[in-house]
Amino acid sequence: MKETGALAAIQRQIQWNRLIAVVEEQAQTMIRTAFSTTVREAGDLSAGVFDLKGRMLAQAVTGTPGHVNSMAESVGHFLAKFPAHAMRPGDHYITNDPWLGTGHLHDLTVVTPAFRKGRIVGLFANTAHIIDIGGLGMGPEARSVFEEGLYIPIVKCFDRNRPNETFFDFIRAGSRTPVELEGDIYSLCACNDAGIRRLVEMMDEFDMDSLDPLAAHIFESSLRATVEEIRGLPRGTFAAEIRSDGYEAPVTLKAAMTIHEDRIEVDYAGTSGLSTRGINVPPAYCRAYSCFGIKCVVAPEIPNNWASLSPFHMRIPEGCILNAPRPYPVSVRHVIGQLLPDLMMGCLHQAVPERVTAEGSSALWNPPLRGGAQVSGPAAEVEDFEIITFNSGGTGARPAKDGLDGTAFPSGVRTMPVEATENVAPVIFWRKELRPDSAGAGRTRGGFGQIMEIGAKGDAEFAVNAIFDRVANPPRGRDGGMDGAPGWVGLNDANGTPLRTKGFQVIPKGRRLVLKLPGGGGMGDPRRRDPALVRRDVADGLISPEAARALYGVEV
Amino acid sequence: MTARLAVDIGGTFTDIALEREGERWTAKVLTTPAAPERGVLEGVRAVLGKAGLGPADIALLIHGTTLATNAIIERKGARTALLTTEGFRDVLALGNESRYDQYDLNIELPRPLVPRRWRLPVPERLDNTGRVLLPLDEEAVARQVAFLRAEGVESVAIGFLHAFVNPAHERRAAEILRALWPEVPVSLSSEVSPEMREWERFSTTVANAYVQPLMARYLGRLEAGLREMGLGCPLFLMLSGGGLTTLETAARFPIRLVESGPAGGAIFSAHVARQRGFDRVLSFDMGGTTAKVCLIDHYRPQASRSFEVARVGRFKKGSGLPLRIPVIEMVEIGAGGGSIAAVDGMGRIQVGPESAGADPGPACYGRGGERPTVTDANLLLGRYDPARFAGGALRLDPARARDALAAEVGGRLGLSAEMAALGVVEVVDENMANAARVHAIESGKGFEGRTLIAFGGGGPVHGYRVAEKIGVRRILVPTGAGVGSAIGFLRAPVAYEVVRSLYQRLAGFDLAAVNALLAEMAREAREVVARGAFDAELAESRLAYMRYVGQGHEIPVALPARDLAVADVAAIRARYDEEYARFYDRPVPGSDVEVLSFAVTVATESEPVEPVAEVYDAPAPPPSRRQAVRDTASGEVADWPVYDRDAVPPGATLPGPCIIAEAETSTLVGPGWSCRMDGMGYLELTQEGAR
Repeated sequence: MKETGALAAIQRQIQWNRLIAVVEEQAQTMIRTAFSTTVREAGDLSAGVFDLKGRMLAQAVTGTPGHVNSMAESVGHFLAKFPAHAMRPGDHYITNDPWLGTGHLHDLTVVTPAFRKGRIVGLFANTAHIIDIGGLGMGPEARSVFEEGLYIPIVKCFDRNRPNETFFDFIRAGSRTPVELEGDIYSLCACNDAGIRRLVEMMDEFDMDSLDPLAAHIFESSLRATVEEIRGLPRGTFAAEIRSDGYEAPVTLKAAMTIHEDRIEVDYAGTSGLSTRGINVPPAYCRAYSCFGIKCVVAPEIPNNWASLSPFHMRIPEGCILNAPRPYPVSVRHVIGQLLPDLMMGCLHQAVPERVTAEGSSALWNPPLRGGAQVSGPAAEVEDFEIITFNSGGTGARPAKDGLDGTAFPSGVRTMPVEATENVAPVIFWRKELRPDSAGAGRTRGGFGQIMEIGAKGDAEFAVNAIFDRVANPPRGRDGGMDGAPGWVGLNDANGTPLRTKGFQVIPKGRRLVLKLPGGGGMGDPRRRDPALVRRDVADGLISPEAARALYGVEV
Repeated sequence: MTARLAVDIGGTFTDIALEREGERWTAKVLTTPAAPERGVLEGVRAVLGKAGLGPADIALLIHGTTLATNAIIERKGARTALLTTEGFRDVLALGNESRYDQYDLNIELPRPLVPRRWRLPVPERLDNTGRVLLPLDEEAVARQVAFLRAEGVESVAIGFLHAFVNPAHERRAAEILRALWPEVPVSLSSEVSPEMREWERFSTTVANAYVQPLMARYLGRLEAGLREMGLGCPLFLMLSGGGLTTLETAARFPIRLVESGPAGGAIFSAHVARQRGFDRVLSFDMGGTTAKVCLIDHYRPQASRSFEVARVGRFKKGSGLPLRIPVIEMVEIGAGGGSIAAVDGMGRIQVGPESAGADPGPACYGRGGERPTVTDANLLLGRYDPARFAGGALRLDPARARDALAAEVGGRLGLSAEMAALGVVEVVDENMANAARVHAIESGKGFEGRTLIAFGGGGPVHGYRVAEKIGVRRILVPTGAGVGSAIGFLRAPVAYEVVRSLYQRLAGFDLAAVNALLAEMAREAREVVARGAFDAELAESRLAYMRYVGQGHEIPVALPARDLAVADVAAIRARYDEEYARFYDRPVPGSDVEVLSFAVTVATESEPVEPVAEVYDAPAPPPSRRQAVRDTASGEVADWPVYDRDAVPPGATLPGPCIIAEAETSTLVGPGWSCRMDGMGYLELTQEGAR
């Protein structure tokens, strides 16, 4: 290579690094300015930069996988309605359309054009899960998307930096948490603005008139690297299935994954049909979590962009629960969608067993809690509240390491401190600790689940809009490892009255909600586990002496 | 005026600086990890010898150490237990229930310092206002104490939910514990870190308990050793927040010492900035393993309250143990002279955070290191004279650097070893520039009009290119850059910061409650500082950490250091809006503002700084030699003159490109830059025109 060519090649790499730093700044700005706990505490968001064809060039590493390429697809929909040439500096476009965005009304996506020297050079997009959008609230009960909340088609929320007051009037009137919602929309726009400023600075520094040559380099390198990883896998078709508790009936998810020389195709034929309730999954969300599950195993180091995601193809039959059409309800699509990485690993386990994990708790155990007059009417003993915390059971055992205790996977969210939650709502968490004997036994064991006991202040009446899974279908072990403990939802009364795993239910006065979160599945024969590790877990009170003897053959 | 001595124990070296009437002597000795006081005493002897002074001439000794940090990283602290609210014994294990890397299936999360069998529940519960929901079960406390004693536990932390609002249960549990077991050290969450967020508070409290016995023993031995030597002067400890404190406070809250070395570096920069009257600077300290970047406005390093220690995931945010203590806000990234370069699957050059360290070190050291490092790349670009590196102590081997770069980087990308070297240096410079950018956005600040203060072995080498990347057009390279932290200790005020959570909305601000709290905090801080202030003037500053109601991230807003009156509330609001707009463009209409916590800092007034004398222009000396250097921006090779720093007189201006060499480092003056030696012997680089 000639020296000038060499210098140009090095500079392109520097520009790529810079672009990733730009989108990271974009995401950090959102976290620091957001109002909803779901964004600022939990990190349920994503951010990225796109070319004028709507192809994603870079995505912030901060964020959650559910938005991975659902947001990536979304920008194309914005451009179809508002062509790039008609956009103006200071315009911001917004939607929460589950089929044009990231799968439910609670996710807002904002797209903003970036201008340099009067010319549009790219687009910034971000997505965030906001706390309330009206309707029935976060939960599975709706029978159509119209009941699930305020539906925002793709519209301008800022026109050349002027707020669209009509839009904001509708927003404020339609939500239980109008201040947070409006503040969050400002935050989403501010974060795109931050990205734009940095992008323009970068283009000035490198004297770039267009992002296209850099985009071509990013796409070419990413595709080549991804294909190389795929080429290293055994060819063939590998089938797997997984069961979810469902709402009205159990749901089976089936996948046949074909590894070709240069691409991976997944066919979901045989998957259960649509539900009448909001656990249905729009196709973009199915693609997002499927891609994530494959990518974790096959190409974890390659940054997300249009090209690195392009070798993964999903065939999702019409009428199945993973391809919900409008206006089917989709509010809690995560409860099914977050099982998809386990399903992908079920396929990949046959190809590269040493690179996949056992099944985990996987679907988040978020209790959406509501209280006050909206539950108890005039008899309410506490102020109105609407909160959600993000909690997780154990992750699946790994080939050489135990699973992680009470940790979100595949979701990328964080939970908020109990002290902070108790400061924003009249609730008391009486218990939140690891759940002994919940980890699936194995040579490496699963992660432990946790136990949570939640009441309202003064043990007043309140309600939970349950969205829990893995109660009838616990996380499965692999290679002789045992299943993790199934979840459990119920009351703290003497009989341990169970509650339904999905749907709106009232916790009567004097009672508390008890959640036992599932443990992760184990991997390999438990009798081959290092006995010292079993004894450590017994000493720590995480494995009972009986279980140590019965499952691991270790006397303590 | 009598002499003052500063000692900074780092991982590899213990640095000593001695000042007397404007004169300075320094020494560097190897750190002696098994008994760190030995290295200290040896170094003190050495520097006293150099200065021709005796122990009795020393009026004050200031000490900073990484000992506490190392004990946590190496897990060599005390056998520590945690008494906690029943139902919450796993707060330390659950953390925030997240992974710090989304795609890596094999991540390790940081292991709590206390194993579960010693995290023991006690029935008790307060609500968020501090009201008792469940009284403390005193018998349960006694039972757990008996168990912990039998287990051979050496230090106990107590952390209850909402104890920062009402410490009564924690205090009562401590009383019971002390009555039954008087000799065991106890750390309370309501004293160590009285702030909301149970994971961070318990983590900090447990870390304090974990290092306390070790630090108390060490400080005791050190004091005895110094006395034996004849040093009768007061001994002060450097805090991670940038202030000094007494031995007894340090022994109670040793966790506040963790980042004292880097804090010293930031204070060093702040002092240099004040000498030159540069009121907006960026401190840039690049060493062998990491680079530290810190924004300093008006000669005061930025304060922060969150920090992570012992990161397990290659410097990744979220992979360490959280600490909520006063620290100087800075970013540290894995970019230093020893950082190793490699090529990833996409043909991208990656540099660090893995480091070759001092042993085997870079390939060019010829000590068995075969992987290319930043130092190898610098050498190949012609930035070092192989015969004079580190004052000639180490002869570098360019052939080994070339081989390593060709094999690990150039060969994989179809680049010559020299262009590979250029790529490595550009990437590490870009990484540092990006870290600085993120730091700036997190602080709501820009680089416009800033001066970069470059020190550490690598700072003066990489400074001009990093400055170009972030748009900074002036660089200052002070003297004493190799022992900057120790010199910084000598400039630090005696100071103490107290932070308390008290939730308030501005609409409905409870003036009486806030004033009472602030007064109590001020009293506490003054008491700690008075012990070491020797009647010096004290300055007090107060901050409120505020946000829009419902937001998650607070920004600090200054309060007047007196009782607040009704009229102040509107002014505080106006101040908040101003600060918010500075951070983020768009203020949010119609939102109320809430205060989460307050901070009071009391510090001795800093000594007046003598302005730097103007010097007349002096002619530039002839270069001592010339070197072929490849410029990393243009890729072109040219002959750069090399000057010896000692031979450049004050007032001399040297046009770039050139190199100014000294024993500990080299200052690169890039094309388009020029360098003037000022009256202090500092090098001031300015960029004439953007290229």
